[in-house]
Amino acid sequence: MTVMSYLGAIGAAQREAMEADERVIIIGEDVEANVYGTTGAGKSRKDKGDFLEMFGKNRIRNTPISEEGIVGAAAGAAMTGLRPIVDLSYSSFLYMAMDQFVNQVAKNRYMFGGQASMPVVFRSAMFYGLSTGAHHSDRPYPMFMNVPGLKIITPATPSDAKGLLRAAVDSDDPVLTFEACTLWGSKEEVDEAEYRIPLGVARTHREGSDVTVVAISGAVPEAIKAANALAEEGLSVEVLDPRTLVPLDREAIVASVARTGRLVVADPAHRTCGAAAEISALVAEEAFGSLRAPIVRVTTPDTQIPFSPAIEKQLYPDAMKIAAAVRRVCDVPEPAQETALSAR
Amino acid sequence: MSTLPNETLVEMQRRMLRIRRFDERASKMVKRGQIPGTVHTSIGQEAQVVGATMALGDDDYMSGNHRSHGHPIGKGSPLGPLMAELVGKATGVCGGKGGSLHLADFNVGSLGESGIVGSSIPIATGAALSSKVLDNGRVALAFFGDGAANQGCLYESMNMAGVWDLPVIYLCENNQYALSTPAHTVTSGVIAERAAGFGMPGVRVEDGQDVLKVYEAVSAAVENARSGGGPTLVEVITYRYNEHSEGLRLGTDYRDALERESWVGRDPILSFRKHLVDSGVATEDEMDQLEIDVLAEVEEAFEFSQESPFPEPEVAFLDLYTDNPIGAHA
Ligand SMILES: Cc1ncc(C[n+]2csc(CCOP(=O)(O)OP(=O)(O)O)c2C)c(N)n1
Ligand SMILES: [Mg+2]
Repeated sequence: MTVMSYLGAIGAAQREAMEADERVIIIGEDVEANVYGTTGAGKSRKDKGDFLEMFGKNRIRNTPISEEGIVGAAAGAAMTGLRPIVDLSYSSFLYMAMDQFVNQVAKNRYMFGGQASMPVVFRSAMFYGLSTGAHHSDRPYPMFMNVPGLKIITPATPSDAKGLLRAAVDSDDPVLTFEACTLWGSKEEVDEAEYRIPLGVARTHREGSDVTVVAISGAVPEAIKAANALAEEGLSVEVLDPRTLVPLDREAIVASVARTGRLVVADPAHRTCGAAAEISALVAEEAFGSLRAPIVRVTTPDTQIPFSPAIEKQLYPDAMKIAAAVRRVCDVPEPAQETALSAR
Repeated sequence: MSTLPNETLVEMQRRMLRIRRFDERASKMVKRGQIPGTVHTSIGQEAQVVGATMALGDDDYMSGNHRSHGHPIGKGSPLGPLMAELVGKATGVCGGKGGSLHLADFNVGSLGESGIVGSSIPIATGAALSSKVLDNGRVALAFFGDGAANQGCLYESMNMAGVWDLPVIYLCENNQYALSTPAHTVTSGVIAERAAGFGMPGVRVEDGQDVLKVYEAVSAAVENARSGGGPTLVEVITYRYNEHSEGLRLGTDYRDALERESWVGRDPILSFRKHLVDSGVATEDEMDQLEIDVLAEVEEAFEFSQESPFPEPEVAFLDLYTDNPIGAHA
């Protein structure tokens, strides 16, 4: 075990995958220079050499700024024997390649009656909360959840990032991984040896009996923070991270709500047709009889993201909002005096 | 070209005939309600298709567009499963889930036709990237129309293929119309000349009704690609005889009747038959027999499509994912 940052864990998984299989290549803008810190061997570029030195230009492919072409070419390459990892940097740039994602990547295997397999991973970062303005702050995973044929993962911790990315590269289906930049600096003990976390298996971060908080991506540490603070108020909160949205660990979510009888979903994406909406509908359909209170969603409201830090931060699910939602479903009044959360 | 063996020349004629008779049959089937929806025929464009597909090796890759039957037929795909696919049968080449617009036969390197204009061009580019990285000597070819030549993904692809020296041929089937729109009204400059901007050769085959001219141009591009010379843009001037799609009845006559007549007068299959007979490659009798054989093959494909069962309902949920074949949780 060693302490790794979220980005370090992604870099480690990419290196493992590149070493394990010659068919794995990394393509994207600025990947040669290790601009985002995930295509280098160590903490600094010269540490142990970067990927370019380790694997060469044939497998580390700097691309022009041509997202549609990159995504389509990666699909074509995946259909003919390679296993590309595509670095699309900001998730907002995925829109440039929407046709390739929806019409080629997602549909080819299906349309061609199973003749194609599409072993390709598309990585992108969600830069919300950093005053990057509306063009760089997207959290677009729900749009892609709406496209059958894609797998969608949203790792929230360094150890999940490493194990899920390895599993994603192993998958013979296309996987989109969304990496919240709010998580980049987070650190934890990570196994340096190879391991894989199967897609479709949720992780329970904290067990509890009063309410289930299903938290996604950057909302996971916020939910844990809220749960810890609420414990002092006598509320027992279960925090569950689905980790992968397609496939979704429906059984784990339903089983947890069946135990707690209450559900809060914390999702940094927009509200309408978001991941939280899907999870809420699932519980309403499958566990209605267990519910002791209405489901509450904590999401980013349906507005665009403003630049000014004075007005941006209020929009995302944070520990305060998650705690308020938990109190609401548990019918517990807001505390009169300062709590650990409001003081922060 | 005189160096081509006689059997190759006859095979060209056979494949052009297969496309013609298959598409004539498909057209009839649409009009009789035997094929749901519509199809886009390659009738009139057979030389352009076969000249290109015969220039490829069996292991080479190809992607295509909505004018979709000629490409796999030209690459050597058997007719029965193609016809069954048009009808939506379980024995179709895609098990009934693709249909006319999405034919694919990976056995012959056909990576799929596309209903979205231009969309499959990056796929062929990626196949060429595979060949380059894996160093397996395979070449990829993207078929697209004059209309698709105005899609951005073509130029993203050409640029990437150019900087990476990918073994890929961009083959523009310039039949001079995109649906009702004459190419010259929406196309600035000459398509083939756009290659120059990407530092790659651009070739215009002015007589795309001559299968040997197309074959020659594409063979040179394939050879160049295979030997590490990188991509080529080949524009072939041709003409579709039928309406954009079968059964389409447009209010306005956007094509001159005389124009069509003049193209029909230069029919690629009739001309090549004459060439084969005149040059002593085949006799009239052999050519007659070839016609009979191909017609029988199409008839057999039709019978196969009719006798085959439709897919079972659960097939709608198969092949979404490799590990969890039932993708949807309905
Ligand atoms: C992205 C997209 N836009 C529009 C269409 C509708 N459409 C289908 S075929 C076609 C014309 C295509 O012309 P061209 O590329 O020249 O091919 P041709 O039909 O002439 O062979 C159009 C506009 C489509 N299928 N996809
Ligand atoms: Mg056209």
